[in-house]
Amino acid sequence: MLQEIGTTGQGDLIINVGPQHPSTHGVLHLVITLNGETVKKVEPHLGYIHRSIEKMCESLTYRQFIYSTSRMDYLSSHINNHGCALCVEKGLQLEIPERAKVIRVLMDELTRMASHCLWWGALAMDVGAITPFFHAFREREMLNDLMEETCGARLTMNYMVPGGVMFDLHPNFQKRVHEFIKLFKSKIDEYDELVTFNPIFIQRMKGIGFLSKEEAISYGCSGPTARASGVQCDIRKLYPYEVYDKVQFDEIIETDGDCYARYLVRMKELKQSLSIVEQLIDNIPEGDFQAKTKAVLKLPKGEFYTRVETARGEFGVYIVSEGGTTPYRIKFRSPGFSNLSALDHMTRGQKIGDLVAIMGTLDLVIPDIDR
Amino acid sequence: MDTTEFLIKLILVISVFGISLLIAMYSTYAERKVAAFLQDRLGPNRAGPFGILQPVADGVKMFMKEEIIPANADKFLFIAGPSLMMLTACMTGVVIPWGGELTIGRNTFNLQITDVNIGLLYIFGVVSIGVYGIMIGAWASNNKYSLMGGLRASSQMISYELAMGISIIALVMTTGTLSTKEIVEQQSSWHWNILYQPLGFLIFLVCAFAETNRTPFDLPECETELIGGFHTEYSSMKLGFYLFAEYINMFISSAILATLYFGGYNFPFIESWGLSPNAVTIIGTLLFFGKIFFFIFFFMWVRWTIPRFRYDQLMNLGWKVMIPLALFNLFITGIITLWRNGAF
Amino acid sequence: MTLTVFYLLSALSVFSGLMVVLSRKAVHSVLYLVFCFFTIAGHYLMLNAQFLAAVHVIVYAGAIMVLFLFVIMMLNLNLAAEAQKTPWIKISAVILSGLMLLVLVASVKGAEELSAAQPQNDIGLVKNIGNILFDKYLLPFELISLLLLSAMVGAVLMGRKEPQPQNE
Repeated sequence: MLQEIGTTGQGDLIINVGPQHPSTHGVLHLVITLNGETVKKVEPHLGYIHRSIEKMCESLTYRQFIYSTSRMDYLSSHINNHGCALCVEKGLQLEIPERAKVIRVLMDELTRMASHCLWWGALAMDVGAITPFFHAFREREMLNDLMEETCGARLTMNYMVPGGVMFDLHPNFQKRVHEFIKLFKSKIDEYDELVTFNPIFIQRMKGIGFLSKEEAISYGCSGPTARASGVQCDIRKLYPYEVYDKVQFDEIIETDGDCYARYLVRMKELKQSLSIVEQLIDNIPEGDFQAKTKAVLKLPKGEFYTRVETARGEFGVYIVSEGGTTPYRIKFRSPGFSNLSALDHMTRGQKIGDLVAIMGTLDLVIPDIDR
Repeated sequence: MDTTEFLIKLILVISVFGISLLIAMYSTYAERKVAAFLQDRLGPNRAGPFGILQPVADGVKMFMKEEIIPANADKFLFIAGPSLMMLTACMTGVVIPWGGELTIGRNTFNLQITDVNIGLLYIFGVVSIGVYGIMIGAWASNNKYSLMGGLRASSQMISYELAMGISIIALVMTTGTLSTKEIVEQQSSWHWNILYQPLGFLIFLVCAFAETNRTPFDLPECETELIGGFHTEYSSMKLGFYLFAEYINMFISSAILATLYFGGYNFPFIESWGLSPNAVTIIGTLLFFGKIFFFIFFFMWVRWTIPRFRYDQLMNLGWKVMIPLALFNLFITGIITLWRNGAF
Repeated sequence: MTLTVFYLLSALSVFSGLMVVLSRKAVHSVLYLVFCFFTIAGHYLMLNAQFLAAVHVIVYAGAIMVLFLFVIMMLNLNLAAEAQKTPWIKISAVILSGLMLLVLVASVKGAEELSAAQPQNDIGLVKNIGNILFDKYLLPFELISLLLLSAMVGAVLMGRKEPQPQNE
């Protein structure tokens, strides 16, 4: 019966994890080589959700192409849009109104919180606790609701446009954000009680999936994954854009480089994002929410690169313009792709359960990897 | 065996079987309601008032689903797996004393199907063969995930059976009998075994979680690693049998916990209420079910609160913590028993 | 009634015993063996040896055979591996099992009269077995535990021999 099983001939078992598997959070396909419960090798196979967004963008105008970027890292669609808008503005040498800047930062940080909430629930579910998932979604729902009011969408926002934001804030926005801040402060402590200090959870996370500082740099990791290994890579601090240089927040650095460090970085980032929102929500300057721009945008001939910090790491937009209304070539540097490349290194010699936990702490969004 | 006795036994067997199934059925409903409560949701509320008909709807759904037997599966064993699982799940209820004695007319009869003098060993034997259902099903599926689930299940069950057995031995040393009926009777009023064997109870409780494959020990089927574990390839009512057997096991484990450590149908001060023996028996049985429901709730409470162990951590816990603790408990129990018998 | 059950059980145990040898798949053999153990436990029950029956099921069917199944599932045995036996192994196996049969027949022949002369049939109950084991046969009982301990130590020693670098 079992002679058909894929083996390496040395008693190892080769198993396909995905593309349909509950813990890959999408259509990621991992070919793993197992020796008993121990993972010997992980080989990610990509391309199941490749939509060739970069190529498509070449035939879309500078106003249009931003919308397709919401479909990449759908959990931080605001921030993706933001990066693209920034890049176009850089080409146009456009200064956007102060109000638009603050709104963008607010939206970015709310998105980051929503994304981290979802990550927290999904990670807890990966290690076997299902309840946190629902608790996280309960809070994320509030964020989705208040974004829906302002942007008209809940997932693919398309709110940031070259020159500012598409609409002004909804009159209820500030009130609802205040409500959220008040509630979420108590909920973060609840999250800690339920998961962070749970002995089983700590046992599953501590010392698992170690990634040293040098390795994190050489794999090109960014975001919380790299910061957990002690790499200073927060774009908001290193290359501040919009009003990030005017708000007070800390770049969270952990040095352990294991799953628990990655977990702590994200949990602390939640609090930092909350404090950024708190600082800005009552100080939104009056004025226009959008700069005056031409109906058809044309970037001058040249190459432009901007980067922003998404919930997963550094998101780069690289536009090569020939001077027309559409980009000649466009390239996105997505954080998930580089972070995934470190997976094999981190999982070798760990158990299958660890593979799932490590993937959870990498916070993978597959459309972001495949584009 | 005369006809009346036979009839009474028959009624008892059928009612224990029926009650097991009914409670297992409503455990699925309770599980979803408890989960909903803990997760700030409503839970099933569409089928009937408060969703009370949900288990029926689930059962109908299970029966109507397409039956899939994988092409390279061992057909006979593939069907035998869930059947065996169900069989062993239903067998344990026989030796559990569900209540005291009822007197109807001239006949006095016992609310226990059979009181064999090796009741505890019988329970243990049935539990130990319960793993075959999982292993056979896992192997017959001819799927790598199923196989890993089956391997996990077998090693997990064997490891935790040891600690469970040793904790039971300590219990037997204090009670001096293997008969479940006598064990319950010794715990009259407040002399519950939990007071004499607190550590043994703890070990037994943890092992019960492991034996029923409930979180945090649900590794044989943990969906984030092995998709569905041993029942990955199962569909329709055969899957239903596996899931259902888990709930019966949970019910029976709760009943065993209540019987061995929480006084069974005994309750403090029940005799001072001045009730007739029949009323005492009925109240005792109801209280026994109350205890069982508490343990079922406890199983669910734990499942929806904490994450699961990793496989090697589970093994470490079993071999390096539970078994030494159980042995320590055995040792202490032995010393105390000797001391009470005046050996020192 | 008792005789019918006895013949039924015996037929089942002989059948399952044969199937252990005749099954082509190793997993089937193991399952037949488990079934065989159950029929033997049934025989114990008929001799009123409840304790022995329960222990037989727990130890053999519930623990040892689970490990057998575990190992066979792990080792991934298949039909191809079975064909690689030299004639010498087959011949020696036949001779050895023939000798084993001889010993068995001889011992059964000698024991026939003895079993008929044992009227008490509650020897298998827990209390009696316990009394006998811890009274009359205490020394052999304790020695067997030592033997098991040494076997366990040996098994651990053999298990440790294989180096496993990936487990650190």
